[in-house]
Amino acid sequence: MNELALLLAATLNAGTVLAIAGLGLLINERAGIVNLGAEGMMLVAAIAGFATAVHSGSDTLAFVAGMGAGALMAAAFGVLVIWLNTNQYATGLALSLFGAGFSAFVGISFTQQRIGTRPQFAVPYLADIPLVGPALFRQHPLVYGAIALALGLTWFLYRSRAGLVLRAVGESPESAHALGYPVRRIRLAAVMAGGALCGLAGAYISVIYTPLWVEGMVAGKGWIALALTTFATWRPTRVLLGAYLFGGVTMLQFHLQGEGVQIASQWLTMLPYLSTIVVLVLISRNPNWIKANMPASLGKPFFPGN
Amino acid sequence: MLRLEARPQPSKAMSIGSPLLALVITVLIGIALFAALGKDPGRGLQVFFIEPVKSAYALSELSIKAVPLVLIALGLAVCFRSNIWNIGAEGQFVVGALAAGWVAMQAGPGTAWLGKGIVVPILLAGMLGGMAWAALVALLRDRFNANEILVSLMLVYVADMLLAYLVYGPWKDPAGYNFPQTITFDATTKIPRLITGLRLNIGLVVALAAVGALWVFLFRTYRGFALQVGGLAPAAARYAGFSSRRALWTALLISGGLAGLAGGLEAAGPLGQLTPYVPAGYGFAAIIVAFVGRLHPVGIVFSAVLMSMFYIGGELAQSRLGLPKALTGVFQGLLLFSLLACDTLIHYRVRFGKRVAA
Repeated sequence: MNELALLLAATLNAGTVLAIAGLGLLINERAGIVNLGAEGMMLVAAIAGFATAVHSGSDTLAFVAGMGAGALMAAAFGVLVIWLNTNQYATGLALSLFGAGFSAFVGISFTQQRIGTRPQFAVPYLADIPLVGPALFRQHPLVYGAIALALGLTWFLYRSRAGLVLRAVGESPESAHALGYPVRRIRLAAVMAGGALCGLAGAYISVIYTPLWVEGMVAGKGWIALALTTFATWRPTRVLLGAYLFGGVTMLQFHLQGEGVQIASQWLTMLPYLSTIVVLVLISRNPNWIKANMPASLGKPFFPGN
Repeated sequence: MLRLEARPQPSKAMSIGSPLLALVITVLIGIALFAALGKDPGRGLQVFFIEPVKSAYALSELSIKAVPLVLIALGLAVCFRSNIWNIGAEGQFVVGALAAGWVAMQAGPGTAWLGKGIVVPILLAGMLGGMAWAALVALLRDRFNANEILVSLMLVYVADMLLAYLVYGPWKDPAGYNFPQTITFDATTKIPRLITGLRLNIGLVVALAAVGALWVFLFRTYRGFALQVGGLAPAAARYAGFSSRRALWTALLISGGLAGLAGGLEAAGPLGQLTPYVPAGYGFAAIIVAFVGRLHPVGIVFSAVLMSMFYIGGELAQSRLGLPKALTGVFQGLLLFSLLACDTLIHYRVRFGKRVAA
């Protein structure tokens, strides 16, 4: 039973990375922009966060650095895509390729560094409940932050005026433009918000989740987060649930290895990637279902005045 | 104020000028980066642009990198022209290497009668392996509408793990001191070299033949034309009765086959055995090669040579200037990023001053 609690705790922890990045990507996709640069932004943010943690010793500063790095990269992507009308897929890919190279380049001097033991957290009283405590209430604050973010984003998108404008920009930029909303600036803001959250997720990986720097350590989580938004049909709470599902799959592999299951570790490492494919297939099977939920202008450029 | 004004027609000159401009921007950033790191930018330019082409040996090494890049990028150009986003060529390359490696491992005294002919089934196996991996993407997209970008990319990780499983497990060389590697392939399987003493091999001939074949396919055949119409104007293609499903399968099979062929040439050529280091990033670098080469077979040759210079320059920067090899990735990413920005100039003119009221 105790092991189940630990597995659940590890699942929440692993899911948090995907949830934060996925929710960030959801914001910019709701505004009509697909950013395939998630993986690159997360990598650069991971090294930015780790380097900051090494030099300052502050996790908070590390998160801020990660968010800054993500937002900056997203801004470069945004200017190209929104003002220069470059192809969103190609530009996002460029960001991912650049991020992989740049983080490896900057990270060389940090590969041997350590940032010491990570602080332990416990919610007062609740953490002492048997089973439930270790499973749910001894997590890093960002684990709860991700849940709050999903709920907050739901409120923002469906209950606030600003959220309505954001969705309008994603559904019909022409109408939003005709109503006088600055479509391009709103899109840039959404893209940068997405980048900042991907950055936060990247920094969480290198500072909390596996506190060290290894080249390419994001290992496809940015791409899985991209798949999550489709899987969740662009709903924040479903992104959160999907993230935990993938977190669970990732953790299952370690759990099975711990149990001494006789499978080569490589098959287990494949699991998250294979399940992403399976889930994509299941959710995409009905094209109408995707079409009904997808922001209508997703991936399409918008030039006001032409 | 700077502003963009749409050109009445896309500029032909800029579509060739843009990659050159992007290269200039990348070089300028590179010079600034070298200066910032306290290295002599002149030495930097030398290791990236002079050393890789200054001798027959250097050119032969350059070809070792350029051949896989050309082959993979040709296939990607077909995909991108058809608006099919195969970004998993790296996985198709790895599976091609696996399939070719499996055939190469069967070679021995029993296959001696084939002589050098064994290279043909090896390369065919590589091609089929890459095709099969790409066919998975086509199948899931065709049958279940699953996004090809994400599926092809996820399959890269799966292919890497498959390779790791095989070289750590069933295919591990029993006499290899427990290193994760297969046996060294039989000498007959070695891809024939063109000039004694140099690593330059028939891969170069294969790649150039592929350039010619793809040029004919894209610009002189009905199938190739149909593919491109589907990419540029899906509605027009539907109206003309061009099947989008056929385009999907054709593009992915061509691209997977070429990436697999590159994997086969790599496994039986420079590598000579399978190790966890088969994936060298060619599949991703080829995306940049394809775009910088304007998705045109001839352009791809030039951009592949340029990208190979980045690879060799990065290695030299490491050994001679003490800079990390990862510099290559930085410059490759920067090149694509600046290219996409410069491409705006194909469709727009930069104007100064305020917009004149229409």
